[in-house]
Amino acid sequence: MSQAAPLIEARHLAKRYGERDVLDDVSFTLHQGQCLALFGPNGAGKSTLLKLVAMLIRPSNGELYLDGRRVGEDQDALRRRIGVLSHQSFVYDALSARENLVFYGQLYGLAQPAERADQLLSQVGLDLFAGDPVRTFSRGMIQRLAIARALLHDPDLLLLDEPYTGLDQKAVAMLDDEVDRAKAAGTTIFLISHDFAEGLRAADRAAILYRGRLRYFSDGPVSPEDFAQTYQGLVG
Amino acid sequence: MTLKPSFSRAVWAMLVKDLRLEFHTKEMFSALLIFALLVAVAFSFAFDVAPEGLREVFPGMIWVAFFFAGMLALNRSFASEKQNGCLQALMLGPFDRSAIYFAKVIGNLLVMLASEVVLTPLFFIFFDMRLDGSIWLLAAIWLLATFGFIAVGTLLSALAAQARASEILLPIIVFPVITPVVMAAVKSTAGLLLGARLVDYAIWLKLLVAYDLIFLAVPFILFEYLLEV
Repeated sequence: MSQAAPLIEARHLAKRYGERDVLDDVSFTLHQGQCLALFGPNGAGKSTLLKLVAMLIRPSNGELYLDGRRVGEDQDALRRRIGVLSHQSFVYDALSARENLVFYGQLYGLAQPAERADQLLSQVGLDLFAGDPVRTFSRGMIQRLAIARALLHDPDLLLLDEPYTGLDQKAVAMLDDEVDRAKAAGTTIFLISHDFAEGLRAADRAAILYRGRLRYFSDGPVSPEDFAQTYQGLVG
Repeated sequence: MTLKPSFSRAVWAMLVKDLRLEFHTKEMFSALLIFALLVAVAFSFAFDVAPEGLREVFPGMIWVAFFFAGMLALNRSFASEKQNGCLQALMLGPFDRSAIYFAKVIGNLLVMLASEVVLTPLFFIFFDMRLDGSIWLLAAIWLLATFGFIAVGTLLSALAAQARASEILLPIIVFPVITPVVMAAVKSTAGLLLGARLVDYAIWLKLLVAYDLIFLAVPFILFEYLLEV
């Protein structure tokens, strides 16, 4: 596995907004099938790093490679391989759950978007509400739909930005199942969290970002207890 | 499982989605229609002009009503994308991001042209105007001017959508840029209604064509950067 090009390779990434360095000299690699959990206090630059990997923004300095290809070349093809689950749902309130998924399926060029939408709605337990407008959904239901949206095109790389925020126990369990399923299928996962137990549950790498710099990057799974000590020592 | 979605396929998917949203909410069409009708009523009370003079001010009135009403529609153009971070989701899509712009332009154009089809006869009836010239030439002026307004307005509404006070910001940044379209639309409509020869106002039609072509090309270069602002 280590012989292949890393799925994500960040080399000295930096992002500056005006005079403020949000990210500074961030370098790491993540291979196919690995799950990285990234932690850090608010304002550490975690979401900015995720946006860089998702190609939503460009770095001020440094280089990013996805599956050996430098970001900036053939971005459309690279973007097709990424799925993003954010604390924002990315769904349209006025459309039904099914209409939302079919729309995104069409955007990603799925051969049978309606069939895939139905399959995923059933998988996340929303098949009985498929035709209902999203505005009538509870927060947990919206997040389940957002999970289905992120997995719709079978991404090779799943980016999860604080996915557990605001979820009830049932939705957390369902998200855990989907993360496990994706990991078992060889999907690379990059997860941002504030919850050590949830974030580290499936992770085989853990990292701490603090004031824009990567202060810690484990080379294997870490227990929440050990990680808490490391985090306390670095961040306070 | 995935196929490479072509640019046109992405535009089509987003256009259908926008029209479906508009069908569900009717936000843009109803705002456009009601506002333009209110402006027409206000103008009819505000101006007490003889029929000969009316022919000269009518083009200005109708285009001011359309452009002001169109501004309301443009303000709603990216509202659904701001909700729940959907614009980011579109930016994550595997296609050139200018597809987002072109889908919005076509959607906005269809909504505005549909409302103009309803409003134009009403304006003519309301102000007791008669069209002596070619209706096809009138349709060409309407199409060129509306496209110019929508092309620029959509581009700038994408920019304004990133700002907090986008609804205030948009008219301030749009109107200076569309001044050539307003002038050309009014002058060519006046030329047609006053029975001037086509050659006398053809320069304004050429200006509209040039303006439309420029703003058809510019978004290919600029739109991706505008979204990242």
